[in-house]
Amino acid sequence: MKPEYDIIIVGAGPAGSTAARMAALGGASVLLLEKDREIGIPVRCAEGVGQFGLSALIDIKPHWIAKKISGAMLHAPSGAQVPLHTEQIGYVLNRKIFDFELAQMAALAGVDIETRAFVCNLLHDAHGVAGVIVNRMGDKQTIRCKIVIGADGVESRVGRWAGLDTTTPMRDMETCAQVTIGNYNGEANTCHFYFSQRSFPGGYGWVFPKGQGMANIGLGISGKYAHLRAPCELLEDFLRQHYPHAAILTRVAGGVPCALPVSAMVANGLMIVGDAAHQVNPLTGGGIVSSMAAAQMAGRIAAEAIAKRDVSAKALSAYEKEWRRQEGKKMAMYYRLKQFVFDLDDDAFNHIANTVLKLEPKKRTMVNIFKAALLKKPSLMLDVVKLFAQR
Amino acid sequence: MIHKPSRCDFCGTCVGVCPQDAIELAECELVILCDRCTMCRLCIHICPLRALELSDETRI
Repeated sequence: MKPEYDIIIVGAGPAGSTAARMAALGGASVLLLEKDREIGIPVRCAEGVGQFGLSALIDIKPHWIAKKISGAMLHAPSGAQVPLHTEQIGYVLNRKIFDFELAQMAALAGVDIETRAFVCNLLHDAHGVAGVIVNRMGDKQTIRCKIVIGADGVESRVGRWAGLDTTTPMRDMETCAQVTIGNYNGEANTCHFYFSQRSFPGGYGWVFPKGQGMANIGLGISGKYAHLRAPCELLEDFLRQHYPHAAILTRVAGGVPCALPVSAMVANGLMIVGDAAHQVNPLTGGGIVSSMAAAQMAGRIAAEAIAKRDVSAKALSAYEKEWRRQEGKKMAMYYRLKQFVFDLDDDAFNHIANTVLKLEPKKRTMVNIFKAALLKKPSLMLDVVKLFAQR
Repeated sequence: MIHKPSRCDFCGTCVGVCPQDAIELAECELVILCDRCTMCRLCIHICPLRALELSDETRI
């Protein structure tokens, strides 16, 4: 670790490692800091990702994939099961390996990396952010830089220290609990999604198979309802009902900022990416692809800013503009759909399931499911068609 | 505010909703900055594992 870098990135998740690699490939000197002792652990994620989105960003290595997914089953509160017709292929990743190797790829691109390095504040000068203060096993140390990229996740504070509002509103924070079980005997290529306001208020439950008898089973609920029952309690209910003999290999909890993107993603000498910037699909809670896409832009534009010797908010806003142009509109549409879906009551979910089950199997698509759901709110149908048609 | 480390997963969800930036989270260490905390209880409610509680003297 040197006393000074062009760019320091806080957090070595997929967004941080991707931004670091891109910035180094752009010619900048880069330091990537991770607060935990090992990159990739703990895995706070259901690990599902779309093949189409991920392959557009990176050359996917086979050993990153735990299971290829070809089907999705939607479960209504009544117990009715709707097999979703989709041409999309998905993966359940091995995030432990995936995150670790993304960081290693950054290392091979020339990025310096340090773990157990907790960034506890920013250093400011007259021009803006000028470095970080890092706590390494009790020793506080100042490292100077020209740009800090906050990839510090749902618990982001880096942005706040530079005056950005990264706080997630309660209703938009999906608070989640998950187990990985070792004796899953369900169909190995199908992901399951459960909807019920009683069991998953303002969210959904999931079962994602990981192969070799493993599966991630979890749920997320809106913070709006979290005072009533905690995710850990609801998960126990779900397991008792569906997997009473589950052999639990891992237990994990976490939050997903299913909000609109933050109102500003850059300041003088500072950028934020990933969960920290709420770059998550607010309908599904999926954030790997959208965060990595943002991180590629952020890393590239940060390196350009270093080369041009202009790290002002104005120069860095090229990143925010590009992201909003490419992803922002989509996120706003997903957000509108999320607000609608997670306000439906159980009768409505059951009615949608029954309507869709009357269609022939090939017609049970996302578009047709929403068509059944949106009878009373047809204004959202345009969003649905834009997001889900012909995919 | 009482933090129960034995229940806590150090996931940072509480930090994400705190309107006062009053929670500090390192790898396995969570500190509530009492001078900033306004006892709004959002962190208590959002915690997926119920690892935060109001202490007796602050409970109303």
